[in-house]
Amino acid sequence: MESFKLAFVDYAIMLVYFAFVLGIGWALKRYMKSAKMFLEAGRALPAWVTGLAFISANLGALEVMGMAASGAKYGWMTVHFYWIGAIPAMIFLALFMMPFYYGSKARSVPEYLKLRFDEKTRGFNAFAFAIMTIFASGISMHALALLANRLLGWDYNLSLWISAAIVLAYTYLGGLSSAIYNEVLQFFLIVIGFFPLVFLGLKGIGGWEAMKAKLDILAQGAGFQEGAFMHTWKYTGSPNSNPMGVEWFGVVMGLGFVLSFGYWCTNFLVVQRAMAAGSMNDAQRTPLIGAFPKMLIPFLVIVPGLIALAYTTVSPDFLTDASGNKDYNLVIPNLMATYFPNGVLGLGITALLASFMSGMAGNVTAFNTVWTYDIYQSYIRPGQSDKHYLRVGQLTTVFGVLVSILTAYVARSFNNLMDFLQLVFAFVNAPLFATFLLGMFWRRTTGHAAFWGLIGGTLAAALHHGFTVPAGATSLVKGGWTGFVLHTYPNEMAQNFWTAIWAFSFCLVLTIIISLLTKPNKTDEELKGLVYSLTPRLTEKEYVWYKKPTVLALFVGIVALVLSIIYW
Amino acid sequence: MGVDIKIPIGLMFSILGIILTVFGVISNGAPIYQHSFNININLWSGIFMLVFGGVMLLLAYLSKTRKES
Repeated sequence: MESFKLAFVDYAIMLVYFAFVLGIGWALKRYMKSAKMFLEAGRALPAWVTGLAFISANLGALEVMGMAASGAKYGWMTVHFYWIGAIPAMIFLALFMMPFYYGSKARSVPEYLKLRFDEKTRGFNAFAFAIMTIFASGISMHALALLANRLLGWDYNLSLWISAAIVLAYTYLGGLSSAIYNEVLQFFLIVIGFFPLVFLGLKGIGGWEAMKAKLDILAQGAGFQEGAFMHTWKYTGSPNSNPMGVEWFGVVMGLGFVLSFGYWCTNFLVVQRAMAAGSMNDAQRTPLIGAFPKMLIPFLVIVPGLIALAYTTVSPDFLTDASGNKDYNLVIPNLMATYFPNGVLGLGITALLASFMSGMAGNVTAFNTVWTYDIYQSYIRPGQSDKHYLRVGQLTTVFGVLVSILTAYVARSFNNLMDFLQLVFAFVNAPLFATFLLGMFWRRTTGHAAFWGLIGGTLAAALHHGFTVPAGATSLVKGGWTGFVLHTYPNEMAQNFWTAIWAFSFCLVLTIIISLLTKPNKTDEELKGLVYSLTPRLTEKEYVWYKKPTVLALFVGIVALVLSIIYW
Repeated sequence: MGVDIKIPIGLMFSILGIILTVFGVISNGAPIYQHSFNININLWSGIFMLVFGGVMLLLAYLSKTRKES
């Protein structure tokens, strides 16, 4: 890929953005008088702000470029990650789980586990989450520096340290509020920066119908039915008949249920946004308000992938790198280089930089909260003054950014180590939703059961991965590390879906069995507000119709269904 | 929270809108627009951002006066 030739106007746009990012941090600084303000945004934000931050936290540059890449690789089926793979889980979080997260006194997801189960379950989740988020932040930084180096010709080290310094400055000054405000800013930048790209790209390819026609030819060339790149469900009867290599059951259960509910309902990075809302009603509406843009984002981030794929019929090397290999990550940079004149080019790059940096900031602030409350206050120094924890929160920001930088350098030198660590985190995450589901809806679930269920589910994920491989796997990180391959999946995605399904099911069964064999460790009084059957129902009578979570949820569900039918 | 987020959003997009609009007018017809099928995409994006920024600032102003009254 050739590097962009930026002009003065492009740098001017970038500088304006940086000035505002730092300015927001600086403006928020005088409100940071307590740990609650710094680490929980004072629980005072309106629902539209937390709602946009909720989806923006999952719209980092790695996701944006990855989704465009998937679009070019698998076609329009990639929308499964946005519709079936997000919307049902967001509705469930809003209606059934938010009342416990927001209504209990928990300040974080691990703290909920402590209140509901016991110390060891919280500890396991807190440490795993803390390491994982810092790691994700480092990966984000590495990717930013690498892209800035390749596309803009900037020095790797300089890009890394400057972006880290900016993120540090605004999260140190304004804490979680700063991160959330910048996520909202980033959301609008991505939308406004990518819209011209899709518009010009579609124009270049001759419009939506012409793009479809080109994709039909490519689908047949790849040995599929002609609509295979444009249909989302039609060809999921068998894994061999669609480019993603998955079948409908794996999509619904693996992606739509286990992976999606596990991510949207238990990952503190996103749940924290909803917990920062100003009231229970705002907290419940957070994922529902976020769901509307979420459903439409595929048209901005996946369609560029389709356009780039269709473009390969005109220019066969469009997605090929300098050494002649297919590189789907080139979608966004190449489309920008092709269609953007200076001016909007600066806007597009700023949008990408913004999503890299807010990705880091989101991770750093989530790490901050879990480290300060769930690790430092619980195990290192309990019982200190609020000022003390505020100070610790601020210092943790510095520490978190420094460790992220270190991680970025590790990622740069040891690619395999990173793949391996990511795999381990995937194992730890896979069973989580089973634990929360049982914890919230079955009061008999005990602390020991939750802890050992999680460990067992993690092991089940690791073992499933050890006994299966995706077709064509060459390294043990991809699977089959036990040496005995019992099953071969058509591809990695199908393997991931099934790893998640196994981990979830095993954790669910194990937790139920151990619960029945152990004594409850919490009284009904202690579980009030934490378990469904022991918590008074919320009423929504006092709200106008568009503020009622159930009405919004119904509306979100209908729109998602209609979209799925249109593009079935 | 004391800072209404609509203000920084409105200000930033207004400023970016002004930059792109002015640049679009100055560079109108320049060879850089061969990228975009001779559409002055800077001008259109700039105008859109100005409108968006303006609406945000207006909403911020309205919610401020509503709070005061």
